[in-house]
Amino acid sequence: MSDVETLSQTTPARLGLPPPMGLLAELTHRCSLRCPYCSNPLELDRRSAELVTADWKRLINEAAALGVLHIYFSGGEPMLRRDIAELVAHAHDAGLYTNMITSGVGFQPAVLDAVTEAGLDHIQLSMQAVDAGTCDRVAGYAGAWERKHEAAAAVARLGLRLTVNAVVHRENVDQIPAFVELAEEWGAARIEIAHVQYYGWGLVNRARLMPTRRQVETAMADVEAARSRTAGRLVIDCVLPDYYARYPKACMGGWGARLMNITPTGRALPCHAAETIAGLVFDNVRDASLSEIWYRGAAFNAFRGTDWMQEPCRSCARKELDFGGCRCQAMALAGDASATDPACSLSPLHREIVALAEAEAASERSDFIYRSYQGV
Amino acid sequence: MTAGITTTDVAGIVPVLPRGVRLHFDESRRQWFLLGPERVFEPDEMAVEILQRIDGVRSVEAIVQDLAMTFEADRDEIAADVMAFLRGLADQRMIDL
Repeated sequence: MSDVETLSQTTPARLGLPPPMGLLAELTHRCSLRCPYCSNPLELDRRSAELVTADWKRLINEAAALGVLHIYFSGGEPMLRRDIAELVAHAHDAGLYTNMITSGVGFQPAVLDAVTEAGLDHIQLSMQAVDAGTCDRVAGYAGAWERKHEAAAAVARLGLRLTVNAVVHRENVDQIPAFVELAEEWGAARIEIAHVQYYGWGLVNRARLMPTRRQVETAMADVEAARSRTAGRLVIDCVLPDYYARYPKACMGGWGARLMNITPTGRALPCHAAETIAGLVFDNVRDASLSEIWYRGAAFNAFRGTDWMQEPCRSCARKELDFGGCRCQAMALAGDASATDPACSLSPLHREIVALAEAEAASERSDFIYRSYQGV
Repeated sequence: MTAGITTTDVAGIVPVLPRGVRLHFDESRRQWFLLGPERVFEPDEMAVEILQRIDGVRSVEAIVQDLAMTFEADRDEIAADVMAFLRGLADQRMIDL
């Protein structure tokens, strides 16, 4: 007989290369909000260049045939696409588990009814802060807090499975207990507490967002306390900040191991920040099938396995555990995508990075540089 | 736990896969998966047998008796295993009890 312990979460450590588990479908970069840590690139795709409905339907069919299990409709704000319900229905009929990653802002309430009717499995609603002032200021949008509360009420009325997504940083990391209470109040089954990751817009705003070491330690204790208080009722997942960590994150569960990210114009990326790595060439789904891109694409193969590693990663006992950390962070901080992620304490740059984080966390507050089509 | 699960304990519990949790057979891997928000579980053969019998109507006792008969196994042993399995999933909000 089995028990839950034998139901380990899937790892890619099988013979040969397994198919991807998830497809992140960034349908559009358009969004009402202007969050200063947005994971979209600094140069945003225009609506006129977006993939059309037929492209996405073909892509969904290819993904299902390839072995993708989860599709994440994301953006920008995915519910700004007029064909969103049609795409959810298509993915649902193809057998995919459908997730909607939404801000809750900028679309008519009827759209939520339509995607629910289309078979949406799960909705993830972002919340920038528990108080309206901070929420609207971080989102760069007056009224965001109120719209989000309305969206949460609609989700509850429709009976959708809800995750609250709280991105935390120096300005709101002290709100973790309140975020958890809000998730309970909204009837969420899960909350994701994600510390800002410093790529793209987040990197531009790093000094404005970086928490102190003490804030990070308090945050971890807050998460543990909330987990014991809500055990069995609320699943609490936490994305850790890694500048102060001893070892880096196992970014993406390994490069090209679990996820494909498709941009609004059809570029296929191993992660949303991969375009920051100089020299990588990305296939476009208009020119090649998902299967060709996954198994044979140059970008997806660039950092698979461990052959690309340098020291200290190459001889490290943890190299199959965290894969030397994040390639994009190595690029951003060490100037070399195949270097050890400086978030790792074994990196020669680690002390410098920690000192930088501490100095930035102690710096005076200043205005955010908001995400925009004008770039930085 | 193993000695204490009687018919009355589990007769009234009707497990349900909640909205947002799906048992899915993937043709490309020829394998069953239990899918939920940000979760992919690979149930083993017996877990699949249990999960396939969850229909929102049958009680845990009905499922246990069905499994005991199908696999010619001891009812009490099956009951303990099934409840431990279901409670583990319930803790992760993958099933409602």
